[in-house]
Amino acid sequence: MRSIKEAFNNIKGSGRKALITYIMAGDPSLNATKKHIIALEKSGADIIELGVPFSDPLADGPTIQRASERALAKKITLRKVLGFVAEIRKATDIPIILMTYYNPVFKFGVEKFVRAAVTAGVNGIIVPDLIPDEAGDLIREARTHNLDTIFLLAPTSTPERIRKAARASTGFIYYVSITGTTGAKLLIDPRMRKTLNSIKNISGKPLAVGFGISTPKEASSVSLLADGVIVGSAIVKLIGEGKKVTKFVRSLRKAV
Amino acid sequence: MKKTGGKSPDRKGHFGQYGGRFVPETLMPALIELEKAYNKCRKDKGFINDLASLQKDYIGRPTPLYFAENLTGRLGGAKIYLKREDLCHTGAHKINNAIAQSLLAKRMGKTRIIAETGAGQHGVATATGAALTGLECEIYMGSEDIRRQSLNVFRMRLLGAKVTEVPMGSRTLKDAINEALRDWTTNVGNTHYVLGTAFGPHPYPAMVRDFQSVIGKEARKQILQKEKKLPDCLIACVGGGSNSIGLFHAFINDSVRMVGVEAGGHGIKTGKHAARFAGGSIGVFQGCKSYLLQDRDGNVLGTHSVSAGLDYASIGPEHCNLRDMKRIEYTYATDNEALNAFELLSRTEGIIPALESAHAVAEAVKLAKAMPKNHIIIVNLSGRGDKDVEHVARIKNISL
Repeated sequence: MRSIKEAFNNIKGSGRKALITYIMAGDPSLNATKKHIIALEKSGADIIELGVPFSDPLADGPTIQRASERALAKKITLRKVLGFVAEIRKATDIPIILMTYYNPVFKFGVEKFVRAAVTAGVNGIIVPDLIPDEAGDLIREARTHNLDTIFLLAPTSTPERIRKAARASTGFIYYVSITGTTGAKLLIDPRMRKTLNSIKNISGKPLAVGFGISTPKEASSVSLLADGVIVGSAIVKLIGEGKKVTKFVRSLRKAV
Repeated sequence: MKKTGGKSPDRKGHFGQYGGRFVPETLMPALIELEKAYNKCRKDKGFINDLASLQKDYIGRPTPLYFAENLTGRLGGAKIYLKREDLCHTGAHKINNAIAQSLLAKRMGKTRIIAETGAGQHGVATATGAALTGLECEIYMGSEDIRRQSLNVFRMRLLGAKVTEVPMGSRTLKDAINEALRDWTTNVGNTHYVLGTAFGPHPYPAMVRDFQSVIGKEARKQILQKEKKLPDCLIACVGGGSNSIGLFHAFINDSVRMVGVEAGGHGIKTGKHAARFAGGSIGVFQGCKSYLLQDRDGNVLGTHSVSAGLDYASIGPEHCNLRDMKRIEYTYATDNEALNAFELLSRTEGIIPALESAHAVAEAVKLAKAMPKNHIIIVNLSGRGDKDVEHVARIKNISL
């Protein structure tokens, strides 16, 4: 199994940046998700971010909210997603990051969750409603069991917040490109450049940018400023419409 | 008795193991800014005077502490006093918090306030605060609640607020909060989120408690004046928990029994209720760690109550801690008990309570009978029942 670190190391010097693609587990079924992951990898994704459906996804825009509702309607749970990752590990060694809200993890039991995730073959975790200040338990367990913890930063983040997230993050740091939810409209402005540079200087860790990147052109612009580009809602939208993701992801690959 | 006042919450907003901040990183600077602004304003004479003046001349405070002699006589036990928050401007205690937060938003230089609402009471209160302070206002409301509370939707619009429908999730209060948080995440620069109850990420639970604690401060003074002693028991309904903590807080270090009443809906066994303590477990939801109605996988369950204001899956974190400390007892009243209390108070006292407050009255009915006649109960009558009249008629199959 490749690690997230290896995924970032592999592209160093290649002129490429890491392409991180998000899909919702179980939308519209776990079988379909398996096919999508294989297709994403073949089309050039370096890392898979796998969403865990939750009843109250407050960091997500309408596209991923609907995907979450569809997956919940199929009774997809964190437990099932872990079983699914274990299963798919027979077919691929691409790094997989779970994106889950905190309550399912808390309810599962933080220590138990981290052990189960690592055993299943999960490489890292992103929890959009968990800030480093409240993540002591998760970080401790994750370090012990070698699970990457990826924290988020935003256009509003102060140097103090950047230092906090940088210390708490392993694998990479996730920069939320906009003040808003997933799938909102992207704006690349001088302020974003400045913030990204300041995060890179403070953290010295790989930096990936997500939220609002929906076209190869946007992905290309962002890739000039960061080590990785995260695309979610645009792919989830295609899946929701029953369309294939291959062509779109290939065009993203060429762009970053 | 264990002292619980003073340093609660801690610096990071924890009440014991509860509370804290579980939000997207984007909101952290806004929460820190709000905390700083609040800490400054609460000590600022200008802010204190402005708020006190509006409490008196605009909200109509102090609200009366009324001896419900007829109800007391009917039950034949302890003396029942009603703290008349139903007489506040806009008809409920919600205005205490909404006006204070509107003033705070204005002082922070924000030009826009947003809020969630379930039954519409907090939405109306916030729209009122916005009209008063000249701020732009947008209220989020689940499509299911919009359908049920069309009168309050119109009231908000009359007050100049934009009411935005939330068609996602269960289409009720919790989804309106999600959407308000999403809006705040997006428009955090110019917008303040007027959260309506003692819940959510720090500093909201402490700040809303402080803005509502005027209820208990007045009640304590009034009962000492009228009875020359403290009450034996306080009763309040608990949705998010702001009217109850508002009444209880001033008495927290006194030897006074306190009872919080949750919504028992159709009964705990049916699963159709909003009794977080009787039927829930610890979880993390909408900004804080607290008791939560959830399934085994950590998804939040649907709730039911005849009263929209109590129909919520979680409860303020300070309540959880005070329950652990055995300082406050929590029980529940079913829909039927609340409806009976609604009629009883209407007929004995000529006061139509909000269905939320009727839950507290229902508990008073149970407790008063078993208490001696020289004992005193204060019930927080948190809102008036005009908004519920249509709903009750529908339940009784009466077409208006």
